[in-house]
Amino acid sequence: MSRFFLQNMDKGGSIFLAIIAGLAILIPALNLLVPAGSAFHIPTSTMSLWGKYLCYALLAISLDLVWGYCGILSLGHGAFFALGGYAMGMYLMRQIGSRGTYGNPILPDFMVFLNWQELPWYWYGFSSFPFAMLMVLAVPGLLAFVFGWFAFRSRVTGVYLSIITQALTYALLLAFFRNDMGFGGNNGLTDFKDILGFNVQAQATRAALFSMTCVMLIAGFLIARGIVVSKLGKVVIAIRDAESRTRFLGYRVDRFKLFVFTVSACMAGVAGALYVPQVGIINPSEFAPANSIETVIWVAVGGRGTLVGAALGGVVVNYAKTVFTSGFMAPYWLFALGALFVFVTIFMPKGILGTAQQLWEKRRKPAPAATPEPAPAE
Amino acid sequence: MRILSSLLRALALATLLALQPGAAAAQGGDDAFARFGADSFSDTNRAIEILITSAHPQAAPIIEALAEGRLLAGGGPVVIRTTDGRFIDARTGAALASAPPGLAPVRLNNSVRRGIQAALGGLGLLDPDTARRILAAEAVFKSRDAALLPVLEGALAKETDARAKAALRQAQAAILVAKADAPPFDRIAAIDVLRERGDQDALATLRSLPAESSASLKEAQARAVSDIEGKLALWRAGQNLWYGLSLGSVLLLAAIGLAITFGVMGVINMAHGEMVMIGAYTTFIVQEVIRTSAPGLFDYSLLIAVPLAFIVAGLVGIAIERGVIRFLYGRPLETLLATWGISLILQQAVRTAFGPTNREVGAPNFMSGAFEIGQLAITWNRLWIIVFAILVFAALLAILKLTPIGLQMRAVTQNRRMASAMGIRTGRVDALTFGLGSGVAGLAGVALSQIDNVSPNLGQSYIIDSFMVVVFGGVGNLWGTLVAAMTLGVANKLLEPYAGAVLGKIALLVFIILFIQKRPRGLFALKGRAVEA
Amino acid sequence: MTAANPGAKDHAKGVIDSNIREHGLGEKPASTFSRHALTSSLLYLDGVSVSFDGFKAIRGLSLTIEPGEMRAIIGPNGAGKTTMMDIITGKTKPDVGTVMFGGSIDLTKLDEAAIANLGIGRKFQKPTVFDFHTIEDNILLALKAPRSVARTLFWKTAAAQAKRIDDILGIIKLGDARDRLAGSLSHGQKQWLEIGMLLAQDPKLLLVDEPAAGMTDGETAETAVLLKEIARDHSVIVVEHDMGFIRELGVKVTVLHEGSVLAEGPLDQVSANERVVEVYLGR
Repeated sequence: MSRFFLQNMDKGGSIFLAIIAGLAILIPALNLLVPAGSAFHIPTSTMSLWGKYLCYALLAISLDLVWGYCGILSLGHGAFFALGGYAMGMYLMRQIGSRGTYGNPILPDFMVFLNWQELPWYWYGFSSFPFAMLMVLAVPGLLAFVFGWFAFRSRVTGVYLSIITQALTYALLLAFFRNDMGFGGNNGLTDFKDILGFNVQAQATRAALFSMTCVMLIAGFLIARGIVVSKLGKVVIAIRDAESRTRFLGYRVDRFKLFVFTVSACMAGVAGALYVPQVGIINPSEFAPANSIETVIWVAVGGRGTLVGAALGGVVVNYAKTVFTSGFMAPYWLFALGALFVFVTIFMPKGILGTAQQLWEKRRKPAPAATPEPAPAE
Repeated sequence: MRILSSLLRALALATLLALQPGAAAAQGGDDAFARFGADSFSDTNRAIEILITSAHPQAAPIIEALAEGRLLAGGGPVVIRTTDGRFIDARTGAALASAPPGLAPVRLNNSVRRGIQAALGGLGLLDPDTARRILAAEAVFKSRDAALLPVLEGALAKETDARAKAALRQAQAAILVAKADAPPFDRIAAIDVLRERGDQDALATLRSLPAESSASLKEAQARAVSDIEGKLALWRAGQNLWYGLSLGSVLLLAAIGLAITFGVMGVINMAHGEMVMIGAYTTFIVQEVIRTSAPGLFDYSLLIAVPLAFIVAGLVGIAIERGVIRFLYGRPLETLLATWGISLILQQAVRTAFGPTNREVGAPNFMSGAFEIGQLAITWNRLWIIVFAILVFAALLAILKLTPIGLQMRAVTQNRRMASAMGIRTGRVDALTFGLGSGVAGLAGVALSQIDNVSPNLGQSYIIDSFMVVVFGGVGNLWGTLVAAMTLGVANKLLEPYAGAVLGKIALLVFIILFIQKRPRGLFALKGRAVEA
Repeated sequence: MTAANPGAKDHAKGVIDSNIREHGLGEKPASTFSRHALTSSLLYLDGVSVSFDGFKAIRGLSLTIEPGEMRAIIGPNGAGKTTMMDIITGKTKPDVGTVMFGGSIDLTKLDEAAIANLGIGRKFQKPTVFDFHTIEDNILLALKAPRSVARTLFWKTAAAQAKRIDDILGIIKLGDARDRLAGSLSHGQKQWLEIGMLLAQDPKLLLVDEPAAGMTDGETAETAVLLKEIARDHSVIVVEHDMGFIRELGVKVTVLHEGSVLAEGPLDQVSANERVVEVYLGR
């Protein structure tokens, strides 16, 4: 098994793993052990903010798996992220118990407010952490499986697929806005109290959540990497570059796509589940098509087709967003983001890491064999 | 009030000619005045009835004064206080020097007010103006005041105008249906009349049939009710169809520019919605300029905005094509991302320039108001938008099929290199095609400014729908876009009454997602090897 | 045509008969249809038609390939050669007609992957290799092996398979370039790589679309040798324009025109056929 995950580990991957593993220990330590006055202290809010970035990094890796390697531009990955988040949110809501505003031991506040008498059936079981975690994987995974099963079998590809994935998340956005869906409508799920018996707001819990995010990011990276360097990964890249040729070699393209798409959706669900307790809320706006497209730009900025690049893009773009939107430049963030989309697609199609790699290789091998033209990823 | 006095004159005339005012009428009239003084609602009601059935010459001013609380009574004579404060004897119409003491306004309650309404209806039944007679008959129809039956029947006997006659007959039927002592045969005939009328009011009237009516009557009523309900359901369906066509035309306008850029050129323009927004803001600016410098031109503001919006959005489109998209041909997914970025920039630019809130775009006169056909309510702005959508569609079709630039566009679409070899400047054609698609989106913005909020987010709300329309209709096929827009619009509005607006929309999205699985290239798709290339 | 083509008669009686039915070319009435001949042939097409938007790309095409046979197919542009390959490999479904493989398998019911796994390999007109994979990986992907998701995910290349890859790289003369990206190869090299991929697939029937296109004369000759070698233990259908190349192969030729078989037989005989000359030189 370790062979599967660690085979041919390259330098970039090793550095990435080392950094994340280091962060998993260092940041909580600086938060918990260094006194608040010290210059080395990291405030809890900063730690949670970086936890959020790392969740986005995991989401970016999951998207890169389908887009960068398999050529499926999903404009609906935010939906899987949000579904994972809702599954976690439902667990956290059930943990509130009778401490809610209305003091109802079973029903979350918003249901009491809507005069609901009993818990809807799809909320059953969410008081159990293992069940909720299973749902974090199963709900996005199942949706991706069913959606992909239809889409890939009927060979919906390229922009058509992109557009229907966007329609998918848009439909979910509309649905989750409805109060009678039973997910808190417009306000979503919030006011969480405990996770596994620990106070969500507590510093130590936050530190543990941060470490957990790092662990999951590492796990996600290793799984994604295991997939892309396996022969299956080669098939998937073959599908990206020449789908019908792959089919004529006897590979059932739809099944390979379905596998990668489903794994990716589960990974996005985990990212969402880690995101919710650190941010403290999940609401329907996570389904907004704009969010999913933004995820695509993280991957594009970092470098699609390189897992480390995707993760890097997720962190860099979101860090830039925080810096931008908290200062006097706030009104110009959308200009910057828009310009980023245009700039990256035209001038840096390989993203930061891809471009860096190219430069590095050029320096090492002064006279390289002609590199192939980037094929349209369709 | 002038209407009332003319009503009065009509009534007086009719009384003289037809109803032979005799002693009984005069006596009845006297009785009425006594009853006004009784300070009892039922007496007041009875008094009104007497005035009307006896066709008292002063009936109109009396009832008018009663309605406005200017009829004074209290045992002695009944007095009208005119609106300018003078006093008149209600019975004779003679002016009084001053108000007799001890008088108080006759009090009203809802039952009296209904009586007044009915009475005013009765008065109008004999008006020389046909339109007013019809209005009066309508009023009687709604009040179903049995006391008016004699007047009604008198009027019916004299009536010559077919429409007025029908209205009177319906009013008579409304009364007869509820009148337990009318001959059963007449009541069944009355039910028939109501069934023919067949609207919501007829239904309400039929439902008011007293519970103790005979079995045959009830059966006739039940049949008529179900008959009318069936007809009304059809009308409602018709109304929904109309709403659907209206929504369809909006979708068509929003999507048709996309059908050019996406369908013909294969460019995924995520900034398409922002072209629509630019068109809407152009309309806003045009109206602002007109408001401040030439208010008289306001009714022409949309006519002025149409070419301007086309040009502005078209130029922005050309700039986008030359500046960004041309570097990305053959890479549809990258085009999608870059144009999304452009859409963010455009939105933010408009937000910075005009503020984030909704801007007011007014409606010129010809687009305000509504009219009715049968049971259909049709607003002028929706009607004009449908007309506009059809015109834009036809114009676009003509440009593509009939003009040299259209020919070049199609040539470049089908075989870029060949077209280039034939001496067509493909770059210029690309820019013009994209400009055309964007310009058309701008036109859509002019229309949408009339029915939607003009805000920086305007385009965002249409982009997904527009893509759905184009993809559903089949890429590269304008007729497909037309059919798809209308189908989706109508389906949306027909679903709404059952599923609600949001669920209906979700259902449609899911439908399209499933549809694309079944027919990945839309309703009207090209087949064959060329598609794969 | 039929009289002048005795060799074809033995193998493809039904085909010729159906041609006669279609075109009325023959002078004798259709003979009885032999089931036995059908089961013994590797590929059997009968009365196949397909149209795109009203354009009949293939009309009443009938063709039989025997096990171990190599057949060249020629025809002017638009004759339906590529569409025929699309039909055999499952990319296009015929409107009517029978397409049987190995005597009993109905290809019209299967998709591309299933047909490929039955043992029908295809080389495209435009060489299609995986540009972003190394040459070795291209061969590995084509190598005959289980194609399921799970088996590819946990794939380990066994020694015998590695040897087979080495052998194929040797045959197509790309052994030294095994770590280069396929996208960096020259046109001719790509053609060879694709032939190598076909070899790795080890199909029962190879469909080779214009293998010599864009090659130098030397390369063309080498390709012909390679194909002849392959044909020793595989059935091959070669579509080509290059008459010299076909002559070098020295096999039976089928001429397609407007979606159906115009003539069939040895090259010399076919090129003497009046109708073929007319089709190629204009009328």
